[in-house]
Amino acid sequence: MSAVADTHAQDHHHGPAKGFSRWLLTTNHKDIGTMYLIFSFTMFLLGGTMAMVIRAELFQPGLQIVQPEFFNQMTTMHGLIMVFGAVMPAFVGLANWMIPLMIGAPDMALPRMNNWSFWLLPCAFLILVSTLFMEGGAPNFGWTFYAPLSTTYGPPSTTFFIFAVHIMGISSIMGAINVIATILNLRAPGMTLMKMPLFVWTWLITAFLLIAVMPVLAGVVTMMLMDINFGTSFFDASGGGDPVLFQHVFWFFGHPEVYIMILPAFGAVSHIIPAFSRKPLFGYASMVYAVGAIALLSFVVWAHHMFTVGIPITGQLFFMYATMLIAVPTGVKVFNWVATMFRGSLSFEAPMLFAVAFVILFTIGGFSGLMLAIAPADFQYHDTYFVVAHFHYVLVPGAIFGIFASAYFWLPKWTGHMYDETLAKTHFWLSFVGMNLAFFPMHFLGLAGMPRRIPDYALQFADFNMVSSIGAFMFGATQLLFLLIVVKCIKGGKKASAKPWDGAEGLEWTVPSPAPYHTFATPPEVK
Amino acid sequence: MRVHAQRAGALLGGLMFPAWSMADWTLNMTPGVTGTSNEIFDLHMTILWICVVIGVAVFGVMFWSIFAHRKSQGAKPANFHENTVVEILWTIIPFVILVVMAIPATATLVDMYDSTESEVDIKVTGYQWKWQYEYINEDFGYFSNLSTPGDQIANRQTKGENYLLEVDNPLVIPVGKKVRFLVTANDVIHSWWVPDFGVKKDAIPGFINETWTRVDEPGTYRGQCTELCGKNHGFMPVVVKAVPQEEYAAFVAEQKAAAEKERELTQKDWTMAELMERGEKAYQTACAACHQADGSGAPPAFPALKGSQIATGDMAAHIDIVVNGKSGTAMQAFGNQLSEVDLAAVITYERNAWGNSTGEMVTPKQIFDYKNQQ
Repeated sequence: MSAVADTHAQDHHHGPAKGFSRWLLTTNHKDIGTMYLIFSFTMFLLGGTMAMVIRAELFQPGLQIVQPEFFNQMTTMHGLIMVFGAVMPAFVGLANWMIPLMIGAPDMALPRMNNWSFWLLPCAFLILVSTLFMEGGAPNFGWTFYAPLSTTYGPPSTTFFIFAVHIMGISSIMGAINVIATILNLRAPGMTLMKMPLFVWTWLITAFLLIAVMPVLAGVVTMMLMDINFGTSFFDASGGGDPVLFQHVFWFFGHPEVYIMILPAFGAVSHIIPAFSRKPLFGYASMVYAVGAIALLSFVVWAHHMFTVGIPITGQLFFMYATMLIAVPTGVKVFNWVATMFRGSLSFEAPMLFAVAFVILFTIGGFSGLMLAIAPADFQYHDTYFVVAHFHYVLVPGAIFGIFASAYFWLPKWTGHMYDETLAKTHFWLSFVGMNLAFFPMHFLGLAGMPRRIPDYALQFADFNMVSSIGAFMFGATQLLFLLIVVKCIKGGKKASAKPWDGAEGLEWTVPSPAPYHTFATPPEVK
Repeated sequence: MRVHAQRAGALLGGLMFPAWSMADWTLNMTPGVTGTSNEIFDLHMTILWICVVIGVAVFGVMFWSIFAHRKSQGAKPANFHENTVVEILWTIIPFVILVVMAIPATATLVDMYDSTESEVDIKVTGYQWKWQYEYINEDFGYFSNLSTPGDQIANRQTKGENYLLEVDNPLVIPVGKKVRFLVTANDVIHSWWVPDFGVKKDAIPGFINETWTRVDEPGTYRGQCTELCGKNHGFMPVVVKAVPQEEYAAFVAEQKAAAEKERELTQKDWTMAELMERGEKAYQTACAACHQADGSGAPPAFPALKGSQIATGDMAAHIDIVVNGKSGTAMQAFGNQLSEVDLAAVITYERNAWGNSTGEMVTPKQIFDYKNQQ
């Protein structure tokens, strides 16, 4: 051990290497975290641009801007890029930056694998995005790629899409292994499991979810690959296969996947709300148990995405009850956040604004989720804009506001500067108004009977679609402001102290801001 | 520009005076016209109000904290972070609410799944991108295609009242009778939805799903395909006419006679001109969605027919691909979708339209014989 440390010292290898090779070859968790976050924001803008195309086409009835073929490619790519390119890598980026700092570890446990799991991602997305330029166009069967539309009837580029999904899956699995290895092995002395920060807890559980379900996704796309290229009939009824099998396998991955996209945000918000309430988190233990319960339940609710496929009534009832049960632990979390704010000493800097909006709007998404769980009512909601409203409420003000809250909360630690609070508040309010204007009317559209994934619609849906598009343009344009704020914060600004938020708790605030390239070479002691 | 100004005005008016434009600013689900749809509506309203009450309570506490416990107002933080009684209570109370909610939901679901003792059985088959309705006890059936003109979709014409929700042949059902639908698909998964009935069922190739309805009010009810099924997913509406029993009986008689007449047409001697005329119409409804009205297609998924090897080469190969389709591609087998007359007309049309001047024709009789040989 000491021999290794000595050679290191003689090389004067304390700071980062220079130039591009620093980023290509880095094994530093902070560098890799930064790259994940930059990659994620790039994908967020790309996926967002596609959303703008969708909303522009839906601004008015009739086909104006794009043809249905291209519209379907946009909805598909928007979904895939946002889920796999924007939200998931953003959380991995946060995990890379914050988990070692929060548990007092010098780095991630498997730094070289960390480098590889990042660099696989740009490769995967290069392949995925290149399908837009292929003959026959990009995948056009929705981000859920139901067979046989995606197999027998898919465009030639489907095979490239499958390859891209495989690479993303490998990247996610390696990232998850790294997170688990780090958390289980590198915690500072004295940090027992039940003393871990909640962000670390939620990520630990998320990582187990990832390891459990990413192979299932890999399995389902491999079956597609076989059906398309090697003459099998997993999903082709005329060869003895079953198109519904696809949906079972896909949603066995897909439902835990939606919790993968929200649990780390739960964790981050559980740090931010106490910090700006200047009061400890209410019910730490019940928060941990609630996340565990949500994660376990996520494996037994998948068929609620399939209430209309004709599963037997006993199955229908089981999945309805199991889904309704999820409301209990989720409710516990919301009640705990509110109880944390109750009788605190609240202030509303940008992280807190995003965190409070997260709690309110995510809860609204949870309410519509509870409505969707009622199987008979789901027959009316299923595959309408009500569903689109629901999952955008849990993903935009859920996952994405959670990421913004985290970014503003930890930017001073990352850059050593305070961000511009006025601009950040502007970013928040424009995002808040734009997001609600874009997605709230979708509830009404769905209840009035507008199916999702259509490029053109009947006249009674015209007004709310226009409102929704205006909101979407507003939300989309506002995100450029975030880019400006971050660039400004990196370049300069008020110097941040080691602990810029007076109510914040945790090891990450014991190191200077910006966090040095190497931290916790000697583990801290946790009481 | 004027359209934009009008829309902006409508938007403003709609926001300020919601009562003025109720039709366009519908906020809620409608109760529909069947027992099922009314039960669903009641469930929907119950769960909605439960959510509203919980929301008001939770957000009420939160907003009160936001207003009363601000640091800027000099609030000093308390230090509590646990309370076992409260935590157990807010775990149990939601659970009890859920149990109460699950009871009526289960009852409705059991009722929705009971498709026994039906009086009319109709097989509904989803195709890219149309519906086929077969009255299995009466031995006739037909296709139902979008009838909104392309010019309206492309904004060259003013959009009609039922834009995108109108078809050439609606499904006709009798009022007051339990109608069972056997739902399946020919190519990809579709989903058959009529909101006013509270009926939505996925149409899955190779499998038959059952659902049912009993409509009490005569009227025309409109819905759409709700499972992404390819490029024209947004253009395959469902229109159902519920009519009184006598009208329904007349409709059935008329359809049966028409089916009989169609069979006779097969034996008739057709001229080239007659086939071309009929072929153009059949082509527009059955083929143009993919191969385009001018035969240019949308390669590579949908090849051009204009000047193509198939449409100008060997006649037998052309008949084979139209009747039997081509496996592994989007080309469907039209042998059972179109009558012999329409098959003959379409093939003749394709071989002689858009400069494909082979001068060859095929008669319904030849198609009939070809199908019988298989």
